[in-house]
Amino acid sequence: MKLPIYMDYSATTPVDPRVAEKMMQCLTMDGNFGNPASRSHEYGWNAEKVVDEARQHVAELINCDPREVIWTSGATESNNLAIKGVANFHSKKGKHIITSKTEHKAVLDTCRHLEAQGFEVTYLDPEANGLIDLKKLEAAIREDTILVSLMHVNNEIGVVTDIAAIGEMTRARKILFHVDAAQSAGKVTIDLQNMKVDLMSFSGHKIYGPKGVGALFVRRKPRVRLEAQMHGGGHERGMRSGTLATHQIAGMGEAFRIAKAEMEQENERVMALRQRLWDGLQEIEEIYVNGDFDHRVAGNLNVSFNFVEGESLIMALRELAVSSGSACTSASLEPSYVLRALGRNDELAHSSIRFSIGRFTTEQDIDHAISLIQGSVSKLRELSPLWDMYKDGIDLSTIEWTAH
Amino acid sequence: MAYSDKVLDHYENPRNVGALDSSDSSVGTGMVGAPACGDVMRLTIKVDDNGVIEDAKFKTYGCGSAIASSSLLTEWVRGKTLDEAAQIKNTEIAEELALPPVKIHCSVLAEDSIKAAIADYKKKQEVTEE
Repeated sequence: MKLPIYMDYSATTPVDPRVAEKMMQCLTMDGNFGNPASRSHEYGWNAEKVVDEARQHVAELINCDPREVIWTSGATESNNLAIKGVANFHSKKGKHIITSKTEHKAVLDTCRHLEAQGFEVTYLDPEANGLIDLKKLEAAIREDTILVSLMHVNNEIGVVTDIAAIGEMTRARKILFHVDAAQSAGKVTIDLQNMKVDLMSFSGHKIYGPKGVGALFVRRKPRVRLEAQMHGGGHERGMRSGTLATHQIAGMGEAFRIAKAEMEQENERVMALRQRLWDGLQEIEEIYVNGDFDHRVAGNLNVSFNFVEGESLIMALRELAVSSGSACTSASLEPSYVLRALGRNDELAHSSIRFSIGRFTTEQDIDHAISLIQGSVSKLRELSPLWDMYKDGIDLSTIEWTAH
Repeated sequence: MAYSDKVLDHYENPRNVGALDSSDSSVGTGMVGAPACGDVMRLTIKVDDNGVIEDAKFKTYGCGSAIASSSLLTEWVRGKTLDEAAQIKNTEIAEELALPPVKIHCSVLAEDSIKAAIADYKKKQEVTEE
């Protein structure tokens, strides 16, 4: 059977062949397999060189000093290290943290964990377009606030947070600012020389690198202190112990190098594809874009098809690999908590599909997707009593439903 | 999630889609579920003078299992008396369609819809008799 067309680049990306090539050079006896921490022989030195180069590539994409890049196992670990590390180190100064309701679970769950340890967390409500109102953020800041953690690009709706402006606000108040940039690296310009971000999380596999590797930017000037969460050999300036996964790191470095070189062209191409998709979908009645249309990454289009239930739509779209909500939550029957936080009503929250396109998406893919979606939506609406009622002019909010 | 062949079949080729004229006194309507929960079923049945369901139509907003449950239900209730139809258990639907545990509520909803349609039909008869 032919595999479905992949339109779930926000869940993960395929490894770029150039990246895979780099990784393969760091595995076998005749390759660069040494332990980068081995100081006594050439195997170790060579591996260290690979790691340093990769660190340099990551630093170049985000415009920081390579010494500010700490390798981790992925963005989830980076988020954990940043938030718990800061909270534990600075708990004498204050115990208040600010984040938002639309963060990734790796941030939300970490904050919940800290709440159980006596920290207080404010979860900001985003505006209806998914963006954070800076005035509301400012109003939430307290004397004992030690950390603000907000994502750069939302994984479900793709909206871009104004982290430069927030950085000015937090720095002026001597509050640390952590940004989850798993979804933004390689898609949105990140300039850490100029953005006053103190900690930033990155992932390998969202940017055509391998899974199982990530990084945390930890600013040196002004110096950010945090408590290690993984103890051992004191790797990564003591912030994250554990033998460095040379091949994973080499892959992530190459992925970041390619992103730096090709981001501009790629964004242009992906944006044109998304516009093509949207032009095709717009012909369908009663569809809504979730999240601000303009302040979003090129590859994301999150749409609700009113009066059609999301899971049945995904079933109808078996030839497309898309997701309803995020991959982390799609096993549950709950509608997306992100769309809920935006104030979307239940029907719309239940009927959302995230299309995320990327490096290997073609125009043919988009055209095929459009015709599949148009056909499936109209078929499911023929089956939908809600669609009938809408067509009869009945306001669904006036009906007393038998909730179960 | 993998769906059973029977769910896929009903989903691909739903039986008896539509609605019967609810203003007809021999037609009973059962609408159950809520958009907030992600599924709404509307079942309409037409009952003949002998109390036998001669026609049944459905429309369902919901996942594939919900659509399949209601499609199957319309097949089962046709030709049954109201009493027989009221005996249909959700477990029979779940078993026939091999629904996984997280989808059992779809079969519950289908059972609720036939009960609601029968109740609506009976209520209409009382009004007509008066």
